[in-house]
Amino acid sequence: MSPQLEIIITAIIVSSACALLGVFLILRKMAMMTDAISHTILLGIVVAFLLTKSINSPLLIIGTALMGVLTVYLTEVLKRTKLMAEDSAIGIVFPLLFSIAIILITKYAGNVHLDIDSVLLGELAFVPFDRLIVFGRDIGPKSTYIMLTILLIDGVFVILFFKELKLVTFDAALASVLGFSSVFIHYSLMGLVSVTAVGAFEAVGSILVIAFMIGPPVSAYMLTDKLKNMLMLSIGIGIVNAVIGYQLAALLDVSIAGSIATVIGITFLLIFIFAPKRGMITIGYTRHVRKIGFAVNSLLFHLHNHEGTEKEKVESNRQTLHHHLHWDKKFLDIILKKVINLNYVTQKEEYLKLTQEGRDYTLKAYQDITS
Amino acid sequence: MQKYLIEVEDMTVAYQEKPVLWDIDLKIPKGILMAIVGPNGAGKSTLIKAMLNLIKPISGKVLFNGKSYESQRRYIGYVPQRGSVDWDFPTSVLDVVLMGTYGQIGWIKRPGKKQKEMALNAIKEVGMETFSQRQISQLSGGQQQRVFLARALVQDADIYFMDEPFQGVDAKTEKAIIHILKKLRKRGKTVIVVHHDLQTVKEYFDWVTLLNTRLIKYGNVDEVFTDENLKMTYGSSVRVLSREA
Repeated sequence: MSPQLEIIITAIIVSSACALLGVFLILRKMAMMTDAISHTILLGIVVAFLLTKSINSPLLIIGTALMGVLTVYLTEVLKRTKLMAEDSAIGIVFPLLFSIAIILITKYAGNVHLDIDSVLLGELAFVPFDRLIVFGRDIGPKSTYIMLTILLIDGVFVILFFKELKLVTFDAALASVLGFSSVFIHYSLMGLVSVTAVGAFEAVGSILVIAFMIGPPVSAYMLTDKLKNMLMLSIGIGIVNAVIGYQLAALLDVSIAGSIATVIGITFLLIFIFAPKRGMITIGYTRHVRKIGFAVNSLLFHLHNHEGTEKEKVESNRQTLHHHLHWDKKFLDIILKKVINLNYVTQKEEYLKLTQEGRDYTLKAYQDITS
Repeated sequence: MQKYLIEVEDMTVAYQEKPVLWDIDLKIPKGILMAIVGPNGAGKSTLIKAMLNLIKPISGKVLFNGKSYESQRRYIGYVPQRGSVDWDFPTSVLDVVLMGTYGQIGWIKRPGKKQKEMALNAIKEVGMETFSQRQISQLSGGQQQRVFLARALVQDADIYFMDEPFQGVDAKTEKAIIHILKKLRKRGKTVIVVHHDLQTVKEYFDWVTLLNTRLIKYGNVDEVFTDENLKMTYGSSVRVLSREA
């Protein structure tokens, strides 16, 4: 297998694992926690390393999972005091744990391969250098296999506990009444996020871990309102972003992680603008349509209310009507054109009058509002 | 045979330093519709949350059928405040109602045909059958409340706790809810509702608990829901009953 292909496959596996868990993170409103965890796990790595003196020990994974859980726990303890909001709590816990890790590295592990730059930015291009040798045979890059294992664990967790994840995320109180431990689900999820982050760490760096965990799920959220679809879409968008990002990096000869993260951001932006239901264009358009609809109704209500009263002449005068309704004159023209076209209103000289059709419509609109 | 269905003994709950419930004692018989009323901050929601083990009290305990909450969980249904969940969550009406069956299913297993049928029946019971596939983000406040009610119905509990089910709902939903409450009572269920519209207490409920941090009075509506007791609950400013008269 060519090194290029190995890099792409690794990026795809990393993105899938991150995008899968990320869906639950953003639905649980914990996006910022990812940011924190993806950094504080460094402390887990360092402490486990100092204890075992090995960079390949499985204890490193356990250490990081514990550190991720500790980050979440400490944040929640601070939050529960009600003295600060969650984001402030994260702002205290995350830099503290992360900087302890940095100090420990510079003091005790300076000459080991625990380089701070690679922690933040990673280097996908180096993935093919570290091989996994089984029975003397080279079967591929080590981090690819590590990530594949993590992806499988994440996948099994989400499939097994899909119902529980959904319930706990949507309504934790009901979950508790029904006898499902939201604490178990919550901390299992955060433990897996930590393990996934640490696995992805060396390959792609913590910035890309965050980008993968948040970007594709949020993009997917814009496109669907079914949880299962959101999971599929999130993974799909993550994979497409990884592939395009890699190709761009190769083409422009720039950092792969940087390129992928940029593509993730741009993808979100495009979806944010053009999404069929929740995109800015659709929202702007429906808002406009609704505004016109409301204006048509208020004009008709106005005419109907004053129909047959003494003041009818004053209130239905086309020249002064915009003062009564407090509308811009041009806006009144647009709305008038609309109601006349719809044959709800006729104009005789200066005065506007409801047609029978307009009257019926107005009464029906009234009923719809009040029923 | 236990005389009372639910017994609350000496329950005190506090957040931080401020106690929100002082030494509550309640004995609730089977088959009643009970309103919990009281001013804002009286601890109405806290009381049912503490009864449901969602909040840990400082002292006191709750017994259901003379047994602990844990052992009776299966028979207890809960309708939380509508505003307590995120209605933009990507899921459908049917899916939310199905959540009510999760307790019977247990861990890991998925709801099957039987559960789906129960959910669809409950959706029909609250008059939402045309909405079962609708995304919950598209529902009005009243429809959201009816979905919550349907979800409680499929729990098929004996005791229901409802937190402000009439909060901000339209007249049609209010009617639908009260119709179902009465139906539940007819089936011998016990329903406890946090309520804040004093005007409708007499019409909707047969029991009432007047609460203002401490328990003022509880019991039969006709005996307890008097001007004098309401004054004790709300202070002298309340003019509810005189309007009704």
